[in-house]
Amino acid sequence: MLSFHSITDSIDSWLNHTFSPTVALLLECTIVAIAAIALFATLGLVLVLMERKVAAFMQIRMGPNRVGPKGMFQSLADTIKLVMKEGLTPDGADKFLFNLAPFIVMIVAMLLLAPIGFASGFQIWDINIGVLYISAISSISVIGILMAGWASNNKYSLLGAMRSGAQIVSYELSAGLSILSIVVLSGSLQLSDIVGAQSNGWWIFKGHIPVIISFVIFIIAVTAETNRAPFDLAEAESELTAGFHTEYSGMKFALIFLAEYINIFIVCAIGATLFFGGWMPLHIGNWQSFNHIMDYIPSSLWFFGKTFFLIFVIMWFRWTFPRLRIDQLLQLEWKYLLPISMVNLLLVTVMAIMGWYF
Amino acid sequence: MGSISLIVLVLAAVAFSAGGILVAKIFVKGTKNPQKGQAYECGIKTEGTTWNQFNVGYYLFALIFLIFDVELIFIYPWAVVVKKVGMMALFEILVFIFILFMGFLYAHKKGALKWM
Repeated sequence: MLSFHSITDSIDSWLNHTFSPTVALLLECTIVAIAAIALFATLGLVLVLMERKVAAFMQIRMGPNRVGPKGMFQSLADTIKLVMKEGLTPDGADKFLFNLAPFIVMIVAMLLLAPIGFASGFQIWDINIGVLYISAISSISVIGILMAGWASNNKYSLLGAMRSGAQIVSYELSAGLSILSIVVLSGSLQLSDIVGAQSNGWWIFKGHIPVIISFVIFIIAVTAETNRAPFDLAEAESELTAGFHTEYSGMKFALIFLAEYINIFIVCAIGATLFFGGWMPLHIGNWQSFNHIMDYIPSSLWFFGKTFFLIFVIMWFRWTFPRLRIDQLLQLEWKYLLPISMVNLLLVTVMAIMGWYF
Repeated sequence: MGSISLIVLVLAAVAFSAGGILVAKIFVKGTKNPQKGQAYECGIKTEGTTWNQFNVGYYLFALIFLIFDVELIFIYPWAVVVKKVGMMALFEILVFIFILFMGFLYAHKKGALKWM
């Protein structure tokens, strides 16, 4: 069967045969960079459209339906509009930091792509401390947000950035603890190892109730970390106009907006990798014929299917739950999620040591 | 690819962002207007300065976060080896989390987790 691994290997060997090693390495770097940028652009277009379509679906209306068939090119038109807009910098702003913030947000989003396994044997860098790398890099994004909010010299922005900082910092703990429960079960920080450990069943099925609890905590925490409703206090429209990116316009706004959507994709991809087996197909016990059919579906399709399912769930939250107040939000994390996830980690450990999983 | 991919990705992100902003610069012919540079505040003039001290109601959360984040870093290597080490590792982490939990309860009792 044709797999991504053989494709990348053949490209690698062809480049090394045709050119000198340095040129081959440079060409490979260029290919990776172009692929990452292309993925960014496509994901941005798809996710913005998906957000609006899901919102429309939840509210029983049509959603964007004018540009192209079923409004498929709506986000492309929006992008062109954003390119045409003037990027204003307020007079009182700290100009350097104001212009630097979108770059930092984008760099963080791009760096998070590195350890994600898109298909079997298709990873940019199969780093052996993948999970630690992700939690380390993702906490840099808060610096970009604080920088954007502070440099704008706008009270709404400052308040939004401060809220966002408190929120991201708090929910990082329970997200980290729920990820750790999967690390305990798999015994490795490498994402490909974690996926490999799920070849005979996904952790959410193998791990019984403790893993389901940690998955629920994980999805709550990442919703808060990506500043999505019902935890979108950082950009609560009715209180802070647009929060930390109130003063941003034109392409700089587009970059921050894009990075937010990419972050949603990345956290959902990590959730799919840790709990739903990444690119592993769905196998049910001894149903040989069923398992065979499932094996024929390409691994990348499995990965993207699971990821987009999780993205759909997070978009669903937005239209289901009302927004929390900031003190309720911090109370939820510190008084409920953190103790629960700590006790849950101990439960998972007992389960892992006693071998009470399939 | 090895760690060189990080440099590649950073460069790709910078190229993408800078390219976008530069392309926008070519298309846009902005007009000059003194009102344009003012801070957005729903049509009202901004009162006072933004960069002054104000009560950050959650700096205590940040302090407690620091403690817990360091604890998380300690748990990472433990989590990798716990299945090999077995019961002893569980006992040790119980002691570790117990001490930490006592600190957490202390902070709770002192009212550090209350919104001010």
